[in-house]
Amino acid sequence: MSTANPTTRAEQVDLELQTLRECNASLHAAAGDPAAARSWRVLNPGGRHSIAAGIDAQLEVEIEGHVGYYCAGMNQHAAVRVRGNCGVGVAENIMSGSVVVEGNASQSAAATGRGGLVVVRGDAAARCAISLKGADVVVRGSIGHMGAFMAQRGRLVVCGDAGDALGDSLYEARLYVRGSVAGLGADCVEKELRDEHVIELRALLERAGIVDVDATSFRRYGSERRLYAFDVDDAIASASTPR
Amino acid sequence: MMPPEPRSDGSAPTPPQLGLRESATFDRLAIHQIQRAARTGIYDIRGGGAKRRVPHFDDLLLLGASVSRYPLEGYRERCGTEVVLGTRFAKRPLELDIPVTIAGMSFGALSANAKEALGRGATASGTSTTTGDGGMTPEERLSSKTLVYQLLPSRYGMNPDDLRRADAIEIVVGQGAKPGGGGMLLGQKISDRVAQMRDLPRRIDQRSACRHPDWTGPDDLEIKIEELREITDWEKPIFVKIGASRTYYDVALAAKAGADVVVLDGMQGGTAATQDVFIEHVGIPLLAAIPQAVAALEELELHRTVQLVVSGGIRSGADVAKALALGADAVSVGTAALIALGDNAPELDAEYARIGSAAGYYDDWHEGLDPAGILTQDADLAARLDPVLGGRRLANYLRTVVLETQTLARACGKSHVHNLEPEDLVALTIEAAAMARVPLAGTNWIPGRNDL
Repeated sequence: MSTANPTTRAEQVDLELQTLRECNASLHAAAGDPAAARSWRVLNPGGRHSIAAGIDAQLEVEIEGHVGYYCAGMNQHAAVRVRGNCGVGVAENIMSGSVVVEGNASQSAAATGRGGLVVVRGDAAARCAISLKGADVVVRGSIGHMGAFMAQRGRLVVCGDAGDALGDSLYEARLYVRGSVAGLGADCVEKELRDEHVIELRALLERAGIVDVDATSFRRYGSERRLYAFDVDDAIASASTPR
Repeated sequence: MMPPEPRSDGSAPTPPQLGLRESATFDRLAIHQIQRAARTGIYDIRGGGAKRRVPHFDDLLLLGASVSRYPLEGYRERCGTEVVLGTRFAKRPLELDIPVTIAGMSFGALSANAKEALGRGATASGTSTTTGDGGMTPEERLSSKTLVYQLLPSRYGMNPDDLRRADAIEIVVGQGAKPGGGGMLLGQKISDRVAQMRDLPRRIDQRSACRHPDWTGPDDLEIKIEELREITDWEKPIFVKIGASRTYYDVALAAKAGADVVVLDGMQGGTAATQDVFIEHVGIPLLAAIPQAVAALEELELHRTVQLVVSGGIRSGADVAKALALGADAVSVGTAALIALGDNAPELDAEYARIGSAAGYYDDWHEGLDPAGILTQDADLAARLDPVLGGRRLANYLRTVVLETQTLARACGKSHVHNLEPEDLVALTIEAAAMARVPLAGTNWIPGRNDL
């Protein structure tokens, strides 16, 4: 299956020699095996989907190249780094740990993430942090349209620009954008950036390893909470005529 | 002219005695709906499925055995009911004793006691229950031996631990009551626990997403299914649930995307809450959908390899037998299971009247005031449902349905309920004959297929 690398002592999986199933089975087996290697390298990912999905252990996983859909999906505890670009849904439904993308990410990055940290060093496409449920997402570049659509909890930090319909139908997630916002979605409004938010931003940027961006240069966006309840009139109650 | 006689209770006379004519177009219901809209400025929201009459299993009949076929003895000869779901790719298919499963209904829509009762009844009957748009509760996992875990567009409560704890995974694309629509759970039912499980603020009117956040078309679905298999090490059967609309294409694409099981829900299938206009006007009846699904699977040479589970208006063993004869491998019940637990019980009529309804009509499930303690998050109301007794009632109902199904299958000479086939069916109406693709009774005519 996998071979030990004597220089880094990392376990290596070469996807030109091994199947995706073998790769993920090895990473999953490490969860229940205290003797298993904690450090892994995945070579020649070749754009394959679902690489390192479903890990449930404190592993360090370095993926040396571009990956397809759902890389590190539903990650628990592991620190995954992709030295390349990601397809759709990187770190979807991440629970904990971290996923760092050194290149760009396609749409739905960190979709429905419930905990942990997702960092995209490049740009992220549409629907970044869609339906976010508690995870933190930091994008060094810009994001596409419908970012944080219906996002419920967690934080999205965008150091570049945001596309149209940012935060549409937003719940309690907090959004920070440094550059321009092409347009806000329904019920998303700009809010004051107070000291506690700057402190929060500094911590997020630090965790993401971003040192060249000033936390005070962001603008904050959140829900106006107008869509939280149906708008029901009661024309009869307010009129003088009997029901 | 004689003055109209008052009703015996002294209320206003009924219209016929005045010679009044009710409009077929603007009937009393239509008038009421316009008045209600004018009063509130919002569409009517309710639970349940389509209430309008649509062609259904009642429009089909089974051809019992006679000289040309011989029957099996009702109480003596074996008539198998077991079904295996997920034989295509999963390492651990579901092995069920009966071809009737419990459809997905959320904790949130239902009380924790109701979910537990469903689990108890299903487990006693050797069948499965299904989570819903609100995640998996520990009570549910504990009480249900075989539990199908839904992955919905909202992804409320979704987590890989529950995926691994589940016995099967059901990707919900849509449901029969509202193909193309997302879920709804109004503030009255978003209790602290429900809010916490769904990562939502308490008491908001929740409107779930209608599209999955990380995939759109069938090619993406194929990759999503592969991801779920990878996460669960290819152990769990993957179901894909669709609401009946463009069924032929949807089933073909779900099968092509790698589903182990397709779950097909017709427009009579219930919902916890959605717009009445959606329930009554979107989707097609189950009767029309099953033959399309079977045709799609047969063309792909996947009929019986990809199992077909159908739901939406299943009430009795007659419905089950006819659904299986049309080519389904199993059915799911939702509304019928709630009725078995005690929903709409006549004993509660006075309480239904207090909340503006009546036993047999109650569908304002979203308001959380269910006197039966089933469709509520109110602790006092929920405490009314004894999960042990509820489970027993459900098991009794399921036993009856299975006995009925076997009775009909044996009458058709079948030693297993899966041996029922379209050839065992005829239709009472031209519409049902056309939809079910079986002949009109007494003829060889299948409208659209051959000449009269």
